[in-house]
Amino acid sequence: MEKDMNKHKFEDLDVDKFLAPENEKRSVLAPDGSIVEVDPLKDYFCQDRPEVQKPRSGPVENFLNWARAESLWVLGFGTGCGSIEIPPLTTPRFDMFRYGVQMRATPRQSNVFVISGYLSVKTLKRAIRAYEQMPSPKYIIALGSCTINGGMYYDSYNTINRLDAYMPVDVYIAGCMPRPEALLAGFAKLKELIKAGKAEKANEYAENFDWYKTNQKKIIKDWNMPDFNW
Amino acid sequence: MDYSITKFLWTLLGLFIVLNWGMLMSSTMRRIGARVAGRYGIPWYQPWIDLVKLYSLRTHLTHGTMFYIGPVFRLMGGVGIFLFLPMVYGNPHWSNYSFSGDLVLILYFQFFGMLGMALGAGEGGQPFSAIGISRGLSQFATIEVPMTLAVISIAIQYQTLSISDIVAAQQGGFMTWTLWTNPLATGAAMLSLLGAFGHSPFNLVKAPNEIPIGPPTEYHGTFLGVLRTNGAILHVAEAALFMNLFFGGAGSWFELIIKTFLIYFWSVFVGTVFPRFRIEQSVRWFLKVPTILGILAIIIFL
Repeated sequence: MEKDMNKHKFEDLDVDKFLAPENEKRSVLAPDGSIVEVDPLKDYFCQDRPEVQKPRSGPVENFLNWARAESLWVLGFGTGCGSIEIPPLTTPRFDMFRYGVQMRATPRQSNVFVISGYLSVKTLKRAIRAYEQMPSPKYIIALGSCTINGGMYYDSYNTINRLDAYMPVDVYIAGCMPRPEALLAGFAKLKELIKAGKAEKANEYAENFDWYKTNQKKIIKDWNMPDFNW
Repeated sequence: MDYSITKFLWTLLGLFIVLNWGMLMSSTMRRIGARVAGRYGIPWYQPWIDLVKLYSLRTHLTHGTMFYIGPVFRLMGGVGIFLFLPMVYGNPHWSNYSFSGDLVLILYFQFFGMLGMALGAGEGGQPFSAIGISRGLSQFATIEVPMTLAVISIAIQYQTLSISDIVAAQQGGFMTWTLWTNPLATGAAMLSLLGAFGHSPFNLVKAPNEIPIGPPTEYHGTFLGVLRTNGAILHVAEAALFMNLFFGGAGSWFELIIKTFLIYFWSVFVGTVFPRFRIEQSVRWFLKVPTILGILAIIIFL
């Protein structure tokens, strides 16, 4: 990796200038009068690296993959202009429920993350946190040209150009903007990959965790969260 | 008083039928909702696929002991109602263990699951869970008022708390149902049922799009699978409870399926028509008309 751009002027100091106030160590007075030490970074976040979870083999895994493919729960998280292409999928004209695609409101219950269009650095941080909280096996669909090469934002100062340097992508949908039909086709492609057992990007993320983290920290200047968010 | 292994196996088979009927019923209702919106909706077998997928997820993380036990408590609430409820009247195989528990126990089981879930979801630490729990418990406290009044009313009417005896008293034709002999109690209970099923306008506990998904925000994978299993059982069990109390019970599984479907459809029908209440609106709503109906239902029997 080239020069670490995450090195900022406070790095040599002990205090973390970017630490959010709610994540600071503090003592809390409990109702019974005792004083409790709270260290949110240790208490509220996971301390372990994500691990590679090997798939089972044979017909069992094939059956489970079929179930995973036919029940895609999409995280309701829109990142760019493409997020407006998702609501039409729930309307009578496109009706994604027919294909087992449903929306969920929380990352803990979602399997598919649709990165819908350009991803600003600020949103990338939230997208990483949401992605790491999703239970494995999880899949990413990258919607629009912006996620492939930056699209019309290729020289923007605050959007990323290539999504797969920061998060593992299963399916790309090219276009600016792709219509909802294209998104449905993307879901169909993702189903094919899952049924063929080729959608193991969550394990790829765990294997190359250090590489992804280095890339992410290079672009996110105020990294005020632990490395393991899940 | 039959506690033999055969009885236990029959009860398990009944639970299996109820679970599958509950899932089919939920997908049918979602399809009906979709047709109202002009869509086709999910395939009828979608709940089973969702369940297999939830149980097959690889990541499971916990926030503590109670986080594990919460869904188990919730499942116990649904199974508990099922266990002490006669499913098919007059058939020893399908009357479960209704001879060992009465109406009061069932009312307790209704609340039991919610309390367990509140403790479990509270340990998840997610703020939206806490909001969902406070809404759920305060709303359910007011749902219980008209429901309990109605139960007291029919207990006075039939001079018993045993569900089997209440069903037995309603045999003898359509006009002997509690629906006709005690319409005030039936009205109060059917209005409180709207809240118990948690469809719109009383779906502010889970409130998708508002507080992400309420108490189960942190639940995933197998935990959520257990919760959904319970949801399927609980919907049929609650509908069967109301069928036994107010609509003459069921003489066969076919009758049970028709009646539970219609009772559940009542809450879906209202939910498709009316939008969501806020918490203070729903609490006040339950304490007005349904509670007055419940009090009147008791007064006329005094």
